[in-house]
Amino acid sequence: MKQQQFEALRRADWQQFEQHLEQLEARSKHTRNLDDFPKRYRALCQDKALAQSRAYSNALVERLGQLVSRGHQQLYRHRSRTLSRVIGFLLAEFPRAVRREWRAVGIASAFFYGPALLVGTLIFFFPELIYSLMDAEQVRGMEQMYDPSARRFGEGALRESDSNWVMFGHYISNNIGIGFRTFATGLLLGIGSLFLLLFNGLVIGGVAGYLSQLGYVETFFGFVIAHGAFELTAITLAGAAGLKLGWALIAPGALSRLQALQQAAQQSMSLVYGVILFLLIAAFIEAFWSSMNLAFSTKLMVGAVMWLWVGAYLGWMGRTHATQ
Amino acid sequence: MTLPAVLDTRYPLETPEGIDLLLQPAGPIPRALAYLIDLCIRGLVMLAFSIVLIFFGRLGMGLWSILFFLLSWWYPVLFEVLWQGRTPGKHYLGLRVVHADGTPIGWSASLIRNLLRTVDMLPLVYCAGFISMLSNARFQRLGDLAANTLVTYQERALINTTHISVAPQQPPVALDLEEQLAILDYAERHQQLSEERRQELAELLCNSLQIPRAQAQTQLLGMASYLRGPQ
Repeated sequence: MKQQQFEALRRADWQQFEQHLEQLEARSKHTRNLDDFPKRYRALCQDKALAQSRAYSNALVERLGQLVSRGHQQLYRHRSRTLSRVIGFLLAEFPRAVRREWRAVGIASAFFYGPALLVGTLIFFFPELIYSLMDAEQVRGMEQMYDPSARRFGEGALRESDSNWVMFGHYISNNIGIGFRTFATGLLLGIGSLFLLLFNGLVIGGVAGYLSQLGYVETFFGFVIAHGAFELTAITLAGAAGLKLGWALIAPGALSRLQALQQAAQQSMSLVYGVILFLLIAAFIEAFWSSMNLAFSTKLMVGAVMWLWVGAYLGWMGRTHATQ
Repeated sequence: MTLPAVLDTRYPLETPEGIDLLLQPAGPIPRALAYLIDLCIRGLVMLAFSIVLIFFGRLGMGLWSILFFLLSWWYPVLFEVLWQGRTPGKHYLGLRVVHADGTPIGWSASLIRNLLRTVDMLPLVYCAGFISMLSNARFQRLGDLAANTLVTYQERALINTTHISVAPQQPPVALDLEEQLAILDYAERHQQLSEERRQELAELLCNSLQIPRAQAQTQLLGMASYLRGPQ
């Protein structure tokens, strides 16, 4: 069959296919009569193969190729019911991913809490060490923020409620940004993640140790304990996800380094979504609960409940019997 | 059939139907331009909102931080996932992001490639990403490698093939498929070429097809018309 005859024979089908494509691409609500789309797509693929093997002109082959390519984009999409996936993620996938990656989570926690405790203890006994972590200006600002005597004037950490919004926005952009960076720099053989974990651990530990020896225990720990459960856990999880990337490059096992990296990236996304969720919760608590002027015992209790809840959620949620 | 030339970046992708889709990955320059356009758009949006939000006091400052966060981390992700792999900058340059298997990009892949941008930017002005793009055939930066995604050219509108109004003429010798294709291509593109170039190309075939130089063009068109068959 010559090209012109072939075109004349099939043109109507191609035009109809293109119309269907346009409907699908516009995502219009009136996508009726599209049940035979896969069938038409296969027919089109056959036409393209025929045109190519019969050495019909490149213009025709290219035109059919473009139709095939657009059809491919519409036919092979990863469609999923978003709501059920979100629920599944919260009820099972996220905590399971954390337990599955317990080694990475363990290492990340060690690199975060270890230095924090060490430096916190050191600074508690040798307060002048704080100046090797931050400059005098920052130390003074921090002292002012958590000074218990500032409470009466409505300054410091326990501030007026309309500034909560400022801080909410600040926490979201700042903390989630740190979380993202801690994850992404894991690509540098894990070194970036370890560095950021270590650095944040040192600063947080140093601040805690310094303020404790000043006797600002109530204002500081009362402020941080509740949202810390989510925020600190999220940072270690972001670090764990980053370490997973780095480890895939260091020890890819039976896969090629590229494949190992792609697999690790795919798997670590469960942790990253969890990090985003936890940091959103943390920002909310930090802005609207932690700033409230309540008794230390109340704050301590709520904080304890938060830590227990996070621990129980990550430790037990989504455990099912072996048959599943 | 038509083998891609050595210098061509086209990358064949076999679909389950046994068809090769030809994806054409985009190189560093158009991608950098797309990025710059996106950067300008983000800057302008930020500026516009700053002017509005300044009247909302502390609430405005909070919203400003959130907006800054959204624009810096989520702008590419949201556009790519919700707008068929395109950000405004990519759309302007005719690019789009797809999975390496040619399917539309999803949330996880988009988030991976855009979070790992942080590393591609290191140590400054996308050096790591640039080196990575130059060292693989599909121009993937590190984020693309990890997410297994590609930035390709979108399908462009095709030139209209014009009718050949020359009487069909049988070729003097039997032609194999590639030779037939060359003649068809010549006929289809011949309107886009200058008169001199048409003649120059046609004369290349004069000796092997045994046609006089003066009639080279019309005879070639005639053969193309013969190969395409009757209307």
